Amino acid sequence: MADPANPPPATGGPTRVVPGTLGAIAFRLSTAVPGILSASIEKGELVVRTTRTRLLALMSLLRDDPRYACQQVMDICGVDFPERAERFDVVYNLLSVTHNHRIRVIVTTDETSAVPSVHQLWPAATWWEREAYDLFGILFTDQPDLRRILTDYGFEGHPLRKDFPLTGYVELRYDEERRQVVYEPVNLVQDFRNFDFESPWEGILTLPGDEKAHAARQDMKRQG
Amino acid sequence: MSDVTLRSDTDIPDSLLPEEADGDVKRHVVEIDSHALNFGPQHPSAHGVLRLVLEMEGEVVARAIPHVGLLHRGTEKLIEYKTYPKALPYFDRLDYVSPMCEEQAFALAVEKLLGIEAPERAKWIRVMFAEITRILNHILNLTSFGLDCGALTPALWGYEEREKLIEFYEAASGARFHANYVRPGGVAQDLPAGLEDRIADWARTFPQWIDDLEALLTGNRIWKQRTVGIGVFTTEQALAWGFSGPCLRASGVPWDLRRSQPYDNYDKVEFNVPVGRQGDCYDRYLIRVAEMRESVKIINQCLEQIRPGPVKVQDHKITPPPRREMKRSMEALIHHFKLFTEGYHVPPGATYTVTETPKGEFGVYLVADGSNRPYRCKIRPTGFSHLQAIDEMSRRHMLADAVAIIGSLDLVFGEIDR
Repeated sequence: MADPANPPPATGGPTRVVPGTLGAIAFRLSTAVPGILSASIEKGELVVRTTRTRLLALMSLLRDDPRYACQQVMDICGVDFPERAERFDVVYNLLSVTHNHRIRVIVTTDETSAVPSVHQLWPAATWWEREAYDLFGILFTDQPDLRRILTDYGFEGHPLRKDFPLTGYVELRYDEERRQVVYEPVNLVQDFRNFDFESPWEGILTLPGDEKAHAARQDMKRQG
Repeated sequence: MSDVTLRSDTDIPDSLLPEEADGDVKRHVVEIDSHALNFGPQHPSAHGVLRLVLEMEGEVVARAIPHVGLLHRGTEKLIEYKTYPKALPYFDRLDYVSPMCEEQAFALAVEKLLGIEAPERAKWIRVMFAEITRILNHILNLTSFGLDCGALTPALWGYEEREKLIEFYEAASGARFHANYVRPGGVAQDLPAGLEDRIADWARTFPQWIDDLEALLTGNRIWKQRTVGIGVFTTEQALAWGFSGPCLRASGVPWDLRRSQPYDNYDKVEFNVPVGRQGDCYDRYLIRVAEMRESVKIINQCLEQIRPGPVKVQDHKITPPPRREMKRSMEALIHHFKLFTEGYHVPPGATYTVTETPKGEFGVYLVADGSNRPYRCKIRPTGFSHLQAIDEMSRRHMLADAVAIIGSLDLVFGEIDR
């Protein structure tokens, strides 16, 4: 595994990421570039956090500055943390094929605030942004083609949000009588069973069927 | 929609015209001198379920608008509800032409978060099967690409060769396609006795098959007329549109993740990275042919260097204990039960782990929250970026060339739509 933070000692083998290069980039970004919330190495990968307003400036810098030279945006995706005030992370995975490094840029946003689109910098961003809009409802400004991409025509909702049920809301079937595909509310013979497999033994004070003994124990505890 | 002409005098019968408008609103018929052509989703050259709306000017493509998502199964959402071991088989079903390479990406991502490393033998098996998968994929792509352009014979020959490789899959994993073989911490089980010899025998004869394929296509005049200079993408374009794998190398970028960011044992094998210059369909074809030859080299090196040993980490909280131990050891039984119900807990963290699948860079952005299920598992498909560029690539080409371009991009909708 290529682990850029602790590469195994290279012995004339293929070129590896020079140790410390990513750290140097992280240091340079966090000290010299305004608007960087943090730049650090996590699991051997360079992660840069910034704000929506500074995103475009940072992205232009990362693409055009020969020290970073990220020619490619390989992936843009959302991550949903519903308990946060700004619930979405928008994650950009950039790649430089000349320097052989990856930089991950993360901004946060919510349902209503739009993130500046980077499709002017990388045309490949359009579909990734459409996907983030489709699956999470993340909005992008200046994106002329913000349509749904993966879900059905006329789909409602944003399926990868944590509050969207796994089974969805509608199902479709071919109706023999009407001779067309019809949409109906999801009707499951059995509800989706979300088993909690985590540590079934811990945390249960009263075993099912053992309530009497438990009550007796509680009494003893109170008295003693 | 280039030429819009407005006409008020028409020969359309009155019954077909809209209701007479009130007042002074003038009614006119708009005639648009171009037409849209629906290509797919049930077209053999659409390689699955691509729906391409082509705006044609005569027989020239003015604009190509791909509609994807017809095979969207919500894989990423489903994975969020499964434990890590149960999430793995979904990766077989993404790019169903190269299943093991995708499993490898997920396995590497989980291993990175767990902080474990597969044992040496498992790494060799992974590399070997990744290369078998590469050949499996390239055979299907090249021959069906040929089929799209009217060459039937390569497909007939290719399926025979694929069948041999699928038998290796079956011998190792028990399944012909959906292998579920490369797992976090190693591989599911050791290779059966004699499989290495069978692979070695096959690797001796396979270069001859590549020669035969090349005899059919490489110098073929019709093939060249259909592919040379078609769908040319420059280096700058390929980089900007997020290309990877053979499509990027055909445009002149010497970039291969197996070389530049090696994983498993790719740093211990020697191979060449073929690079094209023109960036046209013919170059993409040539790159894949050359890659098959390199893959055979890698397979041979794997067979030379592979040694007996464990094929999964010996931590039975992550990999299942051997079956015979389960019959005797209480601890092994508990491990087995816990592993297949609760799974293992992955410490919090995030990683973007990539592998060089036959189609290009396949990435898994895995976010773990410390529980036994992935918090978020973003799959970075390879064909998504390639398909997006089809509008740019096929502009001002003939309709038949658009088919050749689709073939050369190596699209599989299992992974594009997820």
